[in-house]
Amino acid sequence: MNLMEPCCDKCHNTLANPCKDYIACRTEGPLCHESAECKAKLAEARDKLINGNHDLVIRIGMSTCGLASGSQEVYNALKKELDLRHIDADLMRVGCMGHCYAEPLVEISKRNSTSVLYGQVKAAAVPKMIEAYLNGDAQGVMAVRARKGTLKGEEGVPIFEELPFNKGQYRDVMVNCGVINPDSIEDYIAHGGYRAVTKVLTQMKPEEVIATVKASGLRGRGGAGFPTGLKWDFCRAAKGDLKYMVCNADEGDPGAFMNRLAAEGDPHRILEGLIIAAYAIGATHGYIFVRAEKLQMARRFMTAVDAAQRYGLLGDNILDSGFNFDVEVMLSAGAFVCGEETAMISAIEGNRAMPRPRPPYPATSGLMGKPTTINNVETLAHIATIILDKEYFTKVGTERSKGTKVFCLAGKVTRTGAAEVPLGTTIRQLIFDIGGGVANGKKFKAVQTGGPSGGCLSEKFLDLPLDYESLQSAGSIMGSGGIIVLDEDTCIVDTAKYFLNFTTAESCGKCTPCRIGLKRIHETLTRITQGRGTVEDLDQLKSLGASIGNTALCALGQGAPNPTLTTMNYFRDEYLAHIQEKRCPAHVCADLIAYKVEPSLCIGCGLCYRNCPIDAIRFEEVFDEQTKEVAKKPVIDSEKCVRCGSCFAICPKHAIIRE
Amino acid sequence: MDNMTKEKIDEIVERAYQRHKHHNPSQSGLIIMLQEVQDEIGYLPREALEKTSELMVIPLSHIYGVATFFHQFRLRPRGIHTITVCRGTACHVQGSEDLTKLLYQTLKLKDGEDTTQDGLFTVMQVRCLGACGLAPIMKVDEEFYGKVNAVSLPKILSKYRGESS
Repeated sequence: MNLMEPCCDKCHNTLANPCKDYIACRTEGPLCHESAECKAKLAEARDKLINGNHDLVIRIGMSTCGLASGSQEVYNALKKELDLRHIDADLMRVGCMGHCYAEPLVEISKRNSTSVLYGQVKAAAVPKMIEAYLNGDAQGVMAVRARKGTLKGEEGVPIFEELPFNKGQYRDVMVNCGVINPDSIEDYIAHGGYRAVTKVLTQMKPEEVIATVKASGLRGRGGAGFPTGLKWDFCRAAKGDLKYMVCNADEGDPGAFMNRLAAEGDPHRILEGLIIAAYAIGATHGYIFVRAEKLQMARRFMTAVDAAQRYGLLGDNILDSGFNFDVEVMLSAGAFVCGEETAMISAIEGNRAMPRPRPPYPATSGLMGKPTTINNVETLAHIATIILDKEYFTKVGTERSKGTKVFCLAGKVTRTGAAEVPLGTTIRQLIFDIGGGVANGKKFKAVQTGGPSGGCLSEKFLDLPLDYESLQSAGSIMGSGGIIVLDEDTCIVDTAKYFLNFTTAESCGKCTPCRIGLKRIHETLTRITQGRGTVEDLDQLKSLGASIGNTALCALGQGAPNPTLTTMNYFRDEYLAHIQEKRCPAHVCADLIAYKVEPSLCIGCGLCYRNCPIDAIRFEEVFDEQTKEVAKKPVIDSEKCVRCGSCFAICPKHAIIRE
Repeated sequence: MDNMTKEKIDEIVERAYQRHKHHNPSQSGLIIMLQEVQDEIGYLPREALEKTSELMVIPLSHIYGVATFFHQFRLRPRGIHTITVCRGTACHVQGSEDLTKLLYQTLKLKDGEDTTQDGLFTVMQVRCLGACGLAPIMKVDEEFYGKVNAVSLPKILSKYRGESS
């Protein structure tokens, strides 16, 4: 049976007449009548959801990162292989466990047997993989869930939770990601879902919910770190006939994908948090505002909302509590500034997403002028745990930053992915222990935190704990939790320019400091990367950056100078090398480098010659020192070369070098 | 879809309006309406904006303002396949700038152009697709490609060239 359906005729739960024990009944029922048969039916349904319909269960990560590494082909190959072997198995598309570096990730489990995980699975390798597993062989396995001793050679395979990437992680938001079927409300409930909503609606007053969240110390995970309970309290206290509860899923920070990951892996957890928040503030209508660029995340939310409506967890008189709440998923048409509360409100109202001065804060006058609370996806994902088991949440973190945070590791790091760690974990632990350090044996240069409003921190900050205040004291921010590792091949001035290019383009144009000031910073940085900067430019940047930070209307403008200010602070030498020596130490800035062909590596394939857009490459007879022969090799005419880098990018042998 | 008649465009807008006129206040349905119209036509022709203005009783200037503010909306036709290149931070440090240049060169697109002469490809750059662990990322229509480089790029393109010939 479907876990959501009535166990027998005695069940009286309907949408029109909901039962307050509906969820509790699914997990420990039936409660309204004694029946061994019904109890067994429900237990069996739960068991199938947790352990699978068949003996063999195969889970494959199919969120965006999985798809980008070819998980669809692997899925097809798995399906074909199972068909060929006439094996009945559960082939589940699940969310992502955060191990982007190991995608596509496949987990195979069999009743009474050792569950195993395979990383970087290729479609072509699927038949061999299935064959080995069915023969009880641990060949090619990346990790085992727990050792049960049923596979040959499993002693030599690490346990999943002990992999370097998992050690030091503490999962709350991501606990179900990669485990449950994100499109199944049943699966979420079988794994303990919607118990928090039940508890809140049947046993707690809104004030008690707010007090509980306040006591947990939860702070907004979207960036600013405002205490969530206090935010709810303001909105609850605000006078209004109608209130709105909005979930900010407009994840716009480049380099941050924790919201996408959480929503693609476990959307009902976020929805549950949203319902509880709405009850606490007294909202009857809600929005989930999702970025259209992250379509898969939006689809998961829509499916989740549909299911919750179908089973009475959204709508009128939820669980017979008298509480009415409904949600609409709205696709954001894409603008970075929408992450700012008042800009998002403007977009939902059908306007250009331009922020407005605060106060009045959305808590008193938000959407359509009504009291509105806006919470980030990750903030809401913590709520169910806080309601059910506050200890689990509060026992980790620091004094002022409680709980966990999902950080996204990307850039020049060995193991990319998303890791949920206690707040207060150091940058070094995150990048070196969990992430495995800088990729390809290169030297660490800097770490960029907090996206375009954050900053670049140098090596001396590696032991800084990741929490709101520590990062701020270093001139950066935690922001949404993007961690981009930069190595010696990354130019720091170019990185600052990249962010300014981003924020200049994303500026909504409403206030002058942001609209004009950022453009001036971008122009100055461009000049420096072209070798036309002066030392005075640095002073100018500093004072301009400070003025914008103090005077811009919203957080986008106020934070936008941070990448420039922090890099000037911590990497002044690199700025000076561009200005005084007209040199880009990382060989990135096009105007300060030259391309050359290294004849000993060149195989003379001619790809560079054919791809040069301005015909600056010609073949010449070159004497090869190693082979002592004369061969025709390409030569780049540095006068003609426009340093577009296409030869560098296309050379299969990396024989084009930058100087 | 360049030559869609005004009648056809009006009909598409009218249908989208019927689906979304229930929004209260009505203007809050504007963005979703434009999104659905663009999904059907591929872009937002002037006629579609005019019809939207007429039906929703919102000044055309406001609708044009909204349509030009957000990245998702296009006012020009697009090619058969849309290539979306991610220009997020992780992609940037993994070489997406060079990759983007290479893509424009390969497709013989000049400055300011985003659609190939044969109308097969339209190139769009986005802020972040959120698959940063596999940077640099590219998307063709709904298909994602991770760790794209100069060697894999031509292979990806030829897949779509083959399909349409």
